[in-house]
Amino acid sequence: MALPKKLEDVIETLELFDPSDRTGMLLSYSDQFREVPREIATRPFAKSHQIPQCESDAYAWAMKRPDGGLDLHFAVENPSGVSARALAVILQKTLSGLPPSEIAQIDPAIVERIFRQNISMGKGLGLMSMVQAVQALAKAAAAQDTHA
Amino acid sequence: MATPISERGYAHPDVLVSTDWVQDHLQDPNVRIVESNEDTLLYSSGHIPGAVHVDWTSDLNDQIRRDYISREGFEKLMSRIGATKDTTVVFYGDKNNWWATYAFWVFQLFGHTKAKVMDGGRLKWEKEGRATTRDVPSHSPTNYKSSSERNDLPHRAYRDDVMAHIKKQGQLVDVRSPEEYAGTRLHMPDYPNEGALRGGHIPGAKSVPWARAINPEDGSFKTATELKKLYCEDQKLSPSQETIAYCRIGERSSHTWFALRYLLGFSNVRNYDGSWTEWGNMVGVPIEK
Repeated sequence: MALPKKLEDVIETLELFDPSDRTGMLLSYSDQFREVPREIATRPFAKSHQIPQCESDAYAWAMKRPDGGLDLHFAVENPSGVSARALAVILQKTLSGLPPSEIAQIDPAIVERIFRQNISMGKGLGLMSMVQAVQALAKAAAAQDTHA
Repeated sequence: MATPISERGYAHPDVLVSTDWVQDHLQDPNVRIVESNEDTLLYSSGHIPGAVHVDWTSDLNDQIRRDYISREGFEKLMSRIGATKDTTVVFYGDKNNWWATYAFWVFQLFGHTKAKVMDGGRLKWEKEGRATTRDVPSHSPTNYKSSSERNDLPHRAYRDDVMAHIKKQGQLVDVRSPEEYAGTRLHMPDYPNEGALRGGHIPGAKSVPWARAINPEDGSFKTATELKKLYCEDQKLSPSQETIAYCRIGERSSHTWFALRYLLGFSNVRNYDGSWTEWGNMVGVPIEK
């Protein structure tokens, strides 16, 4: 299935860059990270929102908008979780507002396209797990839509 | 607060330096600080001022064969980071210095003994609120010439060495997780399966997961007394006997190699970097579960 346009655009831009510029762009995304707002979640974050296998100790939330679209929010507790914060910002910027059914289709393989040479053994599974967590939240929201 | 390095009872305390020592040598032209991480984004996100980046995959590994760089590759690397034979190279990195000790180990294959590890690595430096920067330093390149070829013999074990070692019931340390040692999983928890076909451990190996040598709150090494209990008392490993450490590809075991050789003074310890991704795939080799 084709990726949402905003996400595809970000990935295609990253693919145009040489390794050094790609690293810079990923860091720039990481720098834009804003933690989940207090009105949605406060510490200690509920374990039910913790992303499994993610060594950056990341959490994810999906809140439904009145129009049915989803807003994504993240927390990354490990100060060294640069990649997790970069991915969180990319997912948030490109997927927020889309219908849950569309977000649920995102392939975790996007992680390899986004990070390329910046992906490492331990990090890859954790980042893919972040995408899977978003998928799971979107599927749950889509199921609610179905039953409503 | 961690016990000062000089008071921890190590066999070779000079090989480990504190964050204070590094802070005091930031401007020392005879010292080159090297960051080596698993996460390749970390250095760019902020590092110790003046530190250079050495990546274990692109800088230390041969890009075609499963092997380390050649003498020429090492000379190029040292020239790039502006190091001479007299430069003291100080390694630090993420994950309790796991990759820092791996880089340190590779440097020993080339006989660069003016090498140290910063105790606690990135974690301790960050926790102490010390300065980091994104500025990449521009050290003048050198013309480093190695006096000899890479010499694996003192520090590196190959599969035939391991085979001979188990025949004479030599000491082996398996530093992987207990699940990998038991053969119930083929890879580290939360890491991908890198293709070992069989699970278990090399016959006779003692299980001491590598991170037990570390104080998790700040990444510093445990004292010699604590390490002796871990390796010598609990697992009955003798510092005077030939020892081989292994893990999955030789990275975690380089950390244990460092602890045994320099902190506990094991006289003959080598790292089997073929490790489980080689042993667990070889036809007909003995395996225990």
